[in-house]
Amino acid sequence: MSLTRNTAGAGTPLAGSRRARLGDVLTNRIVAVAAAAVAALLLLIIIVLATGGSKALARFGFGFFTSTKWIPTEEIFGAAPYIFGTLITSAIALVLAVPVALGLSLFVTEVCPKPLRTPIAVLSDMLAAIPSVVYGLWGIFVMVPWMGATLEPFLGRTIGKVPGFGTLFHGNPNGGYNIFTAGVILAVMILPIISSISREVLSAVPRDLKDGAYALGSTRFEVVRGVTLPFARAGLVGASVLGLGRALGETIAVSMVIGGFSGHIGFSLFNGGDSIPSLIASNFNEATSAGLERSMLVALALILVVISLGFAALARLLVRRANRQMRASFARAAA
Amino acid sequence: MTNRAFTILLWSAGILALLPLGFIVGYVVLKGVGILSIHFFTKTPAIVGQPGGGIAQAFLGSALIVGMATLFSIPLGLLAAVYLAEYGTGRFATVVRFLSEVLLSTPSIVAGVLVWTVVVVRLHAFSAFAGALAITVLMWPIIARASEDVIRLVPIELREAATALGTPKWKVVLRVVLPAAASGLTNTVLLAVARGLGETAPVLLTSLGSEFINWSPGKPTDTLSLRIYHYALSPVKSWHDIAWGAALSLLAIVLVLSIGARYLVARSKKGAQ
Repeated sequence: MSLTRNTAGAGTPLAGSRRARLGDVLTNRIVAVAAAAVAALLLLIIIVLATGGSKALARFGFGFFTSTKWIPTEEIFGAAPYIFGTLITSAIALVLAVPVALGLSLFVTEVCPKPLRTPIAVLSDMLAAIPSVVYGLWGIFVMVPWMGATLEPFLGRTIGKVPGFGTLFHGNPNGGYNIFTAGVILAVMILPIISSISREVLSAVPRDLKDGAYALGSTRFEVVRGVTLPFARAGLVGASVLGLGRALGETIAVSMVIGGFSGHIGFSLFNGGDSIPSLIASNFNEATSAGLERSMLVALALILVVISLGFAALARLLVRRANRQMRASFARAAA
Repeated sequence: MTNRAFTILLWSAGILALLPLGFIVGYVVLKGVGILSIHFFTKTPAIVGQPGGGIAQAFLGSALIVGMATLFSIPLGLLAAVYLAEYGTGRFATVVRFLSEVLLSTPSIVAGVLVWTVVVVRLHAFSAFAGALAITVLMWPIIARASEDVIRLVPIELREAATALGTPKWKVVLRVVLPAAASGLTNTVLLAVARGLGETAPVLLTSLGSEFINWSPGKPTDTLSLRIYHYALSPVKSWHDIAWGAALSLLAIVLVLSIGARYLVARSKKGAQ
């Protein structure tokens, strides 16, 4: 590739004809513009959302973070329940998905027989490809009834009795339409992305270090705990943060099972709730003409995108740094 | 922990993680297969409560919207990928690459809000065109980022040989590198299309959905995903059944595109050897 770059830079010697030179100049410009357009898209998103939301932000300041009333007719918009809902469903999803995703990726990299590796990767890709509306449909007609009738009462009877922590599982499960169900479905949705990046990170751990540990007589568990995991830690955190970013932005599946905000923010996961994306999806139609409500929804979208993309950027930086560190130490070990 | 215990733990994690896939796909197939019929694919919805009718408008609408989105995002994404793989070396390229990776994580509702604010509210109209724009926002980074990796895989010898014959760089890229990467590029486009077909939130805010077949880019248009969404949330039982059928169709298309693309690439790689 450096060969072609030098040639293009030199311009005349090998290219010869004017047509060829013109073609190169033109192409250089066009592709550079296309690439710049990517950066422009991000800027466009931020600028459009910021200007759209400015009316609401100016009117309410950041007080809308803490207020809990959302009354469009009186122009009172408190976003606290929706921010809370977004955060808590994502938290549940992470708590459930990260251990299982880690287990899956460790399974694939450490224990899985070679011929099974590709089929499992394919299955994981399939899970990632399922559209969120299909998750939502399945959620409404399969998960919600089962949760409401079986699992959640069970949890209420068992963990719910534990003092302190048990308040999370108090109360009537609202037929299964609640924050907990939404969190569980989110967990299934973010599992593939966490697991696939974790797999990448785990397989980059230098073989020599693991072999050395095995040679010293460590069991598989000890090698994983003592060598693989510490080494891959930054990348694994990155994978989880990427999953978090996905969970924060998920709209449709969550909105279909989360139940709707009940009026006050409680401690129980069995309450119905709402998330920012779900709120936007439910209210955007009435808000098309009303200026302030529309501005409010756009302001919330801005907050959402800043948080999601911020986390995504952080995650990618973490994963890159982890890969670079591992390659560096591999080179050192090989030298 | 003994080796055996740990191995069992990992096997359990593996099975637990993949179990939902079996549940979901199995359920969708079970519930949806009975609904599929020729009417399902060719008729528009019947009046509530009356049997028969289908969701033809949703299939056509999805094709229209995602088709337009693909048309928009292929040039944008491919050109950006060519830049990143062939032309960019410095700071600018690194930043662009990083940003396109970050944009991969754009929440789909944000893509909808963006186009809703800029197009729908301003024109006071929901349209297929707006829907296509919103889907483009999501498809573009996928094509840009994944295509770059594919183009980089083209062996350097091909480029060197072409340049040695006196080919100017733009011709090398257009006539040698891109054709060599063709199967991989097709793969990326298919993956992006699969993503675009499955999205609901962006089209909800921009194209709204409809019960009528629509070919005009300027009118509200239905998509398969929107139809599933609306019918699943409705109280009408027959609509729930149709939603399962629609979900089965959507799932089948998306999975065939995603997995089939992978298989195509593997096969062409073997062919090249």
